[in-house]
Amino acid sequence: MENLTQAIQGVPLNHYILLSIIVFAIGVVGVLIRRNAIVIFMSVELMLNAVNLLLIAFSVHHNDPSGQVFVFFIMALAAAEVAIGLAIIVMIYRNINSTDVNILNKLKW
Amino acid sequence: MINLVWIVPLFPLLGFLINGLGRNSLPKTIVSFVGCLAVFASFAVSMGIFIELISEETKSFTIPVFDWISAGNISIPFSFLVDPLSSLMLLIITGIGFLIHVYSTGYMHHDAGFAKFFSYLNLFIFFMLLLVLGSNYVVMFIGWEGVGLCSYLLIGFWFSNSSYASAAKKAFVMNRIGDLGFLIAVFLIFNTFNSVEFSSVFPQASNMISGDSALILITALLFVGAIGKSAQIPLFTWLPDAMAGPTPVSALIHAATMVTAGIYMIARSNILFTLAPETLGIVAIIGLATLFLAAAIALTQTDIKKVLAYSTVSQLGYMFLGLGVGAYNGAFFHVITHAFFKALLFLGAGSVIHAMSDEQDMRNMGGLKKRLPVTYLTMMIGTIAIAGLPPFSGFFSKDEILAHVYENNKIFWLVALIGAMFTAFYMFRMMFLTFNGKFRGTTEQERHLHESPGSMTIPLIVLAILSALGGFIGIPAVFGGSHWLAGFLAPVFEASASKTSHLALDHTTEYIIMAVSVGLAILAMLYAYNRYVKQAHIPADENTGRTGLARLSYNKFFIDEIYDSLIVRPLNVLSGLFFRVIDKAGIDGIVNGFGKGALEASKTLRLLQSGMVGFYIFMMVAGILALLVYSMYKI
Amino acid sequence: MSISLFYFVAFLTIFFALLVIFSKNPVHSVLYLIVTFFTFTLHYIMLNAQFLAIVNFIVYMGAIMVLFLFVLMLLNLNEGSIGSKSNLLKMVGVIAGMCLIITLVGSLRALDTSDPLVLQTQDLGLVKNLGKVLFSKFLLPFEISSILLLSAMIGAVLLAKKDIKQV
Repeated sequence: MENLTQAIQGVPLNHYILLSIIVFAIGVVGVLIRRNAIVIFMSVELMLNAVNLLLIAFSVHHNDPSGQVFVFFIMALAAAEVAIGLAIIVMIYRNINSTDVNILNKLKW
Repeated sequence: MINLVWIVPLFPLLGFLINGLGRNSLPKTIVSFVGCLAVFASFAVSMGIFIELISEETKSFTIPVFDWISAGNISIPFSFLVDPLSSLMLLIITGIGFLIHVYSTGYMHHDAGFAKFFSYLNLFIFFMLLLVLGSNYVVMFIGWEGVGLCSYLLIGFWFSNSSYASAAKKAFVMNRIGDLGFLIAVFLIFNTFNSVEFSSVFPQASNMISGDSALILITALLFVGAIGKSAQIPLFTWLPDAMAGPTPVSALIHAATMVTAGIYMIARSNILFTLAPETLGIVAIIGLATLFLAAAIALTQTDIKKVLAYSTVSQLGYMFLGLGVGAYNGAFFHVITHAFFKALLFLGAGSVIHAMSDEQDMRNMGGLKKRLPVTYLTMMIGTIAIAGLPPFSGFFSKDEILAHVYENNKIFWLVALIGAMFTAFYMFRMMFLTFNGKFRGTTEQERHLHESPGSMTIPLIVLAILSALGGFIGIPAVFGGSHWLAGFLAPVFEASASKTSHLALDHTTEYIIMAVSVGLAILAMLYAYNRYVKQAHIPADENTGRTGLARLSYNKFFIDEIYDSLIVRPLNVLSGLFFRVIDKAGIDGIVNGFGKGALEASKTLRLLQSGMVGFYIFMMVAGILALLVYSMYKI
Repeated sequence: MSISLFYFVAFLTIFFALLVIFSKNPVHSVLYLIVTFFTFTLHYIMLNAQFLAIVNFIVYMGAIMVLFLFVLMLLNLNEGSIGSKSNLLKMVGVIAGMCLIITLVGSLRALDTSDPLVLQTQDLGLVKNLGKVLFSKFLLPFEISSILLLSAMIGAVLLAKKDIKQV
């Protein structure tokens, strides 16, 4: 453990930001190009985690534990969200026998 | 008592509220009691104020009621001004107003809108009191507008008759034209003096040089207001049409009180006018033209109320002529006496009309002397007064104006003198046509002939006494009098008096002027007697052709027709054009265009709502991108 | 151990994240996602956020991923049962993602040099320290989040169970 923690000593903060941005963008691209609702959901989880990483990096940078507490809350929220979201997907599947979001176009004018 | 002046307008307002709200439930006796009592209470308080004011050393009191407009450096309190001028006006308004209220209880007794009538009358008295009591131009303007409104309501009292309703509309529109002038004048006054308070404006004005362009503009616009309200050329045609209203209304509003508001306003602002001699010249010329034109029209009219209406316009012309030559005192004296005798004449005419079952045409009257003795006698006194025969009231006031005019401009005096002669002629013509000779109406009307009830004759008698004796408040020095009125009003006109020359006629000239005017009046009377009693001449009816001047006069110089073709019809055409082109095509087009545009745009835009969740997310990302780019360039 | 460990793990994170979104089979996506989350856990350990690393490991990699797998299994979605979008749309999506990266980098000035991250307090992310903060400063949100989880549970059960009347 000691060795691991010493490993980050010296990584610039901006590189954490860059990493988070890239992962976040990957999540966005995933949402944009996939039609399967479950994969879209996974992409959303990717975005959430990108933000989590950023929060922890800033927490360390500012030497403030609040950021990590926020991450904890975000995880609790994510768990709840996944439970509900997957339940909705199951409902959708029961109704249209698919999880293709393109079939779900009842919302149009 | 003076501090309680706010009570004076309060009583009529209460009367208006009680009668107005209870118009459907209160019995007529209570309505008439409330209406008369409200005005009588005001009269009593006014009397108290007047008596107290005589004994006071200072003659001007400003009584604040409440702070009304106070914003930034603008401060317009709602306050009342009690001074000789306003206290006299109070007495006239409430005194004559009370008599007319009493008269109305008899005259309007059979009318369905009895309570409505009384509530309007009380409201009118309230606004008129505001007009004369206001200590600044803005409060005065409220009263000014209010009396215009009441005039409209009362002229159109029998609004189910469409020609009456349009007469009311005409009066209102013409008044509005004048009111606009007044309003702009108030703005200019505020702009020039930074105040609209009389006590602040007049001292500042008296330090300005004579002929200052701002003063000339202000006074000219004020005069436009006075022209509208007091029915002078070119806005006088509403007053004869206003005779559509019930006769007490004509007596109260269109003879005794409201139409004198213009004279009151100019007398109040006398210092402004004195320092604007150019405007005074216009005032004199307009007054002169009006008095002559109206008198000429009155010569041939056959409707008894129309004669009196034109006579009123003509007498108002005298007052403006007086103001125009700087005889503020004389003009106001004439306001008082005119209020007495013109109210009397109108009420007398009302009594005649009442007896004749609503017949107004003098060609169908005649010989009423025996049947209506009280009316005849009182009206005769009024006629003598207006004709200017001594020692009745009209003589003194008219003569004071004429003397000033003579000193100022001999040609004006000559025209005014002819006007006075016309006055005597048409008044006696009216009297002889109505009361002398044989009865010319239908037998049914004859059977119905009766002297009016006491509630109508008593006001006539009181007014007759006032008309006969009213002149004695201003006996000029030439008769050894002290001219009490001039002394009483002196503080009001003090500033102007120091800037104008005094009447410097010697007594001989004054005697000659009086003798000439009295002689001409008697001559006119004798001519009328000869023509209408001896020869029993009856004016021809509508259809027979008239020639020359008589035709012009009978048709009121075609002024209504000229206005119609010069102003009304072009305006109608123009409004039609505006309606079709600018309103329909332009404004409606723009408004409808926006509606149609939104409709079309949304028809296209709704296709964006494809229901594709992926597309929505894509748009969301695009939005986030746009926001980020925006924030990037903002920082 | 050197700084290069961070870059190695970061490379793994990005690589598996890309695999998540580009693999055709949703089951593979889930598996790659698990690996991605594991790399996140590694990042957390390197930042000495040990508590969160463990929570991430248990909640994300354990509970949430199992949920995903269960749902996939329940729905029996096979490879290709749902066609992916057309290539044009894919390109548009990728370009949009690139644009997002560029603007984010630009607006956050992430390419500038910055101070290296220095761990000032060794026990910042330890359970003891976080617990103190969580139960003092953030007690109310903590309690409220319990209600949130409860309601989520009820909601999930309610949504997922079959409508009795319909059967």
